[in-house]
Amino acid sequence: MRKIIINCIFIFSVVAIIISCQNQPEIDLQNYLSNGKSIYQSKCQNCHGENGEGLGELAPPLTDSVYLKNNKNRLACFIKNGLDEKIIVHGKTYAEKMPAFNELPPIDVAQVMVFITNSFGNKQGFYHYNQVIKDLENCK
Amino acid sequence: MYAGFSKTEVVYLHFKITHMNKINYLITLSLLSVVLIASCTQEKRLPFYGERHAEVKKDASGKEQIDTVYQTIPNWSFLNQDSIVTTNAITDGKVYVADFFFTSCTTICPTMHRNLMTLYNEFKTNPDVMFLSHTIDFKYDRPYILKKYAQKLGAESPKWEFLYGTKDSVYTLAEKSYLVAVGEDSTAKDGYIHQGYLVLVDKDRRIRGAYDGTKPEQVEQLKKDIPILLAEYKK
Repeated sequence: MRKIIINCIFIFSVVAIIISCQNQPEIDLQNYLSNGKSIYQSKCQNCHGENGEGLGELAPPLTDSVYLKNNKNRLACFIKNGLDEKIIVHGKTYAEKMPAFNELPPIDVAQVMVFITNSFGNKQGFYHYNQVIKDLENCK
Repeated sequence: MYAGFSKTEVVYLHFKITHMNKINYLITLSLLSVVLIASCTQEKRLPFYGERHAEVKKDASGKEQIDTVYQTIPNWSFLNQDSIVTTNAITDGKVYVADFFFTSCTTICPTMHRNLMTLYNEFKTNPDVMFLSHTIDFKYDRPYILKKYAQKLGAESPKWEFLYGTKDSVYTLAEKSYLVAVGEDSTAKDGYIHQGYLVLVDKDRRIRGAYDGTKPEQVEQLKKDIPILLAEYKK
């Protein structure tokens, strides 16, 4: 009987350790998501909406996963420097200027990117801020 | 009264009858009070904003009467999004919602107009309701810019007019008449500062409400208040 109890406690603690030690990428992702959400609310939501639905033809929705995927390495530049070119999202043309958010450091850009590309029906996983720094060096 | 009943039955019946009376009495009393309270409460009326003063007027029979005169929106004349001269005459016989914005505003305006859009859709078929948006960016927001903005937002004239005027005329109207603070500010991100109020004006050009257009719950309240205001004119 004693043996069983000791075994149970042992197994339980092993399980607890495994659960508490989520893998690091998963923790990073959650971190980025929660910070990204608050950045989104203060900087992006005005135009792009609470659910990324956009605003008429003034601001595009953020629900076009294909567009986001194809332009993934440009997204950081869009956020940091704004965008002043015609883009096609969900088959519709959007030509309004997007303002620059130059005040955001790369880590914030990465976090808000991860939030957007993993919300509103998008599921594109983690994006490291080192990658964002690289992307920003190659802005047109 | 209780002939033919045993003693215990009599006690029971007596108890039942007196008790029934009590219940009936209570029901009548509560019904009466409900009726009284219902007849006492007035229909909800929206408040009047701004300055007011009392004026002595003579009625039809020559009797002097004191009347409260409320602040009203003065005459105005602006260009709308189609570059047509538009005056306060378009608001005759309508209640309307006015706001101040500019097209290149990236802060509160998109949210304000997103919320106003829900009102626009709600009252689209009601000819007694209209919307006026005044630009405060007298340098850039020429009528054709307003037109492009309106189209992209999905708002159409004459239900929703976007008005362009000189700095002086618009700013004075905003601050003195609509009680909304506006101004140029080089330190602000987009160059202008302004309050995001949606101002509700009645058919007699009096201000009857001001709602923060960036707060969905206040816009929801405005949605409820417009029919209340319209109901005043149905009598």
